[in-house]
Parts: sequence; structure tokens; C-alpha cells
Amino acid sequence: MVGVGQFDIDLFLRILPDLAFGAFVTLELTSLSILFGLIIGSIAGLARVSKNRIFFGISTLYVEIIRGTPLLVQILIIYFGLPAIGINLRPEPAGIIALSVCSGAYIAEIVRAGIQSVPLGQMEAARSLGMSYLQSMRYIIFPQAFRNILPALGNEFIALLKDSSLLSVISIVELTRVGRQIVNTTFNAWTPFLGVALFYLMMTIPLSRLVTYSQKRIGTYEMK
Amino acid sequence: MIKFIKHPPNLFPMKYLLEIQGLYKKFGDIEVLKDINLSVERGEVVVIIGPSGSGKSTLLRCINRLEEPTAGKIFLDGIDITDKKVDINKIRQRIGMVFQQFNLFTHLTALQNVMLAPVKIKKIKKDEAERNAIKLLEKVGLGDQIHKYPAQLSGGQQQRVAIARALAMNPEVMLFDEVTSALDPELVKEVLDVMKQLARDGMTMIVVTHEMGFAREVGDRLIFMDEGVIVEEGEPIEIFRNPKNPRTKKFLSVIL
Ligand SMILES: Nc1ncnc2c1ncn2[C@@H]1O[C@H](COP(=O)(O)OP(=O)(O)OP(=O)(O)O)[C@@H](O)[C@H]1O
Ligand SMILES: [Mg+2]
Repeated sequence: MVGVGQFDIDLFLRILPDLAFGAFVTLELTSLSILFGLIIGSIAGLARVSKNRIFFGISTLYVEIIRGTPLLVQILIIYFGLPAIGINLRPEPAGIIALSVCSGAYIAEIVRAGIQSVPLGQMEAARSLGMSYLQSMRYIIFPQAFRNILPALGNEFIALLKDSSLLSVISIVELTRVGRQIVNTTFNAWTPFLGVALFYLMMTIPLSRLVTYSQKRIGTYEMK
Repeated sequence: MIKFIKHPPNLFPMKYLLEIQGLYKKFGDIEVLKDINLSVERGEVVVIIGPSGSGKSTLLRCINRLEEPTAGKIFLDGIDITDKKVDINKIRQRIGMVFQQFNLFTHLTALQNVMLAPVKIKKIKKDEAERNAIKLLEKVGLGDQIHKYPAQLSGGQQQRVAIARALAMNPEVMLFDEVTSALDPELVKEVLDVMKQLARDGMTMIVVTHEMGFAREVGDRLIFMDEGVIVEEGEPIEIFRNPKNPRTKKFLSVIL
């Protein structure tokens, strides 16, 4: 007898391929979203340190709105709200847009902090050698800022990977949704959800190890 | 006498490599530099001393326009560098600067620190720039440390890399802003020795320092600043022995 709440090893082995597929979709959605998020976030982050009031104002508004609302609501607005103004999107693109726009705001703040974390003396030393503002940014500030924010970006990736489970509400068949579908057909909740958790961990643990490693490497270069 | 032979009088207008005329600098309402006039000959070593907040750093930073002068003119070899039309990046290549906090690029090795600007800005070929960088690092006594990152070097070593980095652009004048102040006492000498050698090689130098021994030994001219003005200037030995202005007297009595 297999009841709810009992771990069923046979079932577990049978659903492994489905879970692996779900994990792959989750990883794919997250990777695409973080890529777009990086582009959005870099531009918005630069605007956040800009002296130009318009750039600063728009980017600040964007960051505040995204950080002040739940991701679930953002997903629902983009998927169900946009058709109301004539934009119809399939679930996957809508999901990627929602995750990208959301992570873009968090990455913008990471980028801003990264640029500001490079001591002023670095810019002055570069300028004193005759580098222009843009050359100094490119050769001196950006490489150091990027190095400094690598762990934070890794953490953002992990957070986004977990948050992508919210996409199951707009019927994207990612890891969490796969788990729910299996529960619905097998009436065993314990085994599939444990499997789902396991697959999330298999993705997040290596990532967080990578973050720890990159943090250690930063320590090597840091000035005393 | 020796000084006279080193710098024979030059009757041409470009007698001075650096000429500062009526320089003022304000931060908001605070006047930090007031009517600074200073001319520096080629090969001359000018040492600037003065209490904290007297405007020494601001003066140096105006010379390469890390600070914008409020009024006055600064000529480098006859070119007015305060003119908005000059390419300040070109001018800065001719003026080396060494900072109290070293400011080495932390993501680059010693060698890369020294090579970067010549390669990226002067467009010097990589292997040529590398050869030159290694030569400079050997000259400051770091031939065996060239592949280390700043964090792996002592303060004294970092500061010597910073000097090599500035020299790699082949500047005509070098500015030193309290370059030994952040160093442990036992590391001061190795940096001062490099600067002494540089002075002997004929480099034009403006040195802000608290090292009175260095001022006495290497300085051709000593300038005492207080509250944004040059209070007294002359031969270092003369000023140390017989300061004329009471403020100089007071400052030296505390520091010597
Ligand atoms: N960016 C700035 N904004 C406002 N005030 C400044 C700025 N830089 C310097 N000052 C002020 O200008 C005055 C002169 O500073 P400066 O750093 O040139 O002095 P200093 O002689 O180099 O002193 P120290 O020996 O402490 O280095 C100080 O009162 C300082 O507070
Ligand atoms: Mg100073």
C-alpha cells in the first residue's frame, strides 16, 4: 500500500527522468533570465551612479517598483495583465520577461554597489597616468567592480533559480510544476516533492560552492 | 655652487619646466590655496613641508588638474595646462604622480600595473613595454617580484611599484604626495632611496613630505606652506638652520 506521506523508492526511480527534465527547464529559464537581467541590470546600475538626473530618476523608479512588489504579482501582471493592453504572450516568454525584469532591478543595485566599492584612488591613479574617464572605467574600474560583485551575482542566480518555481502558476512545466503533476497522478505527495527538493539542491549547492570559492579569490587580491 | 653648475642660467622663456602663477583654489567658500607662485627648473627637486590642512596635496593635485584650479595659470614647458582647450590626458602623461596610499591597480600584477598605461594609451608594443617595465621594476629593486599582485607585496614594495608605474610613461616631472607616510618605519628607507636615485638621475621632482632628512639631503629648494600660502622658501639647510618667518620657526621646532 502506498499512501500519502510514505517514501516510495520505486516511484522515485520511475519519476527521475521527468524531474531531470523539469530541472533542465528550470535551469534554462533561469540562465536566460539572468543573462537578460545582467544586461538590464548593468545599464540600470550605470544609470544609478550617473550624474544625469533623468537616467538616475528612471533607474531609481524601476528599482523601487520591482523591489517593492512580490515577484508572483509581477509574473501575474505580465502574463494576465499584458493581454488587457493587447500584448499576448505565451507562458515561457512571459515568464522569462518577468524574471529578467525582476532580476535586472536587483542586479542594478549589485552593479551600483560594485562600481562604488572600487576606491576613488583607483580612478585618480588611472587619470593621473593620462587615461580618459572611459579608459579608466574600462581598464581599471569595471574589472575590479565585476570581480567584487561576482559572489553577489552568484547569489542572485541562486535566488532566481529558486524563485523560478513561481512560474508554475502560469503553467510553465518547470521543476516544481513537474512535481505537482506527478502528485496529481500518483496521489503520493511525499516522494515527488522530496525529489523536487533534491533536484533544486543539486543545482544550488554547486552554485553556492562556486560563490564561496569566488569570495575566497577576491580575498587574495584585496589590499591590506 | 654645485647647484649653479647643474642648472646653468637659461635666458630663453622656457627657463622653467613648471611655472605656477597666481594659483587659487576654493572648495565651496573655503579658500585652500591663495595666490601660489612657484617656478621649477628642469632637474630641480622642490620639497614642500607644512602642517596638516595647509594645502600641500591640493597644490600637487592642481598641477595635474586632479583638482580644477579656481584661478591662476600653470605652465608646463610653456603650455598653459589650465586652458580648457588643452588635452589634459596628454598633459598628464608628462606629469607622474605617486600617492600616499599607493593606489596600485589591485587586479593587476606589478608588471601589468607598470605596463598598462604605456600599452593602452601610448600604444607602445607589448613586448617593448614589457622590457621597459621589467627594467624599471629592476631599477626600483623589485626585479624578482614582477608577477606578484599588490596584496602580496609589502607597503614599501607597493610604493616602489607605484613609482615605476609613473616612470613608465616617461614623465618630465614627478609629483610625490607624502609617499612614505602610510609606511611602517622600517620600510621608509627603501622608498626614499629610490627617490634619491631618481633625483640623482636628474628627474624634476616636487615632493611633499615630513621626512626632513630627505629634504635636507636631496632638496634643492624647500617650501614651507601654511594656510594655503607659501610662507617661506629657500635652500633647505638655510631654512632648517635659520628660519625667518615665525610660523616656519614654530613648525620646525615641533617637527625637528
Ligand atoms: N575635496 C575637498 N573638498 C573640500 N575640502 C577639501 C577637499 N580637499 C581638501 N579640502 C580641504 O582643503 C584643505 C587643504 O587640504 P590638503 O589635503 O591640501 O592639505 P595638506 O596640506 O595636504 O594636509 P595633510 O598634511 O593632512 O595631507 C583642508 O582644510 C581640507 O579639509
Ligand atoms: Mg596631503
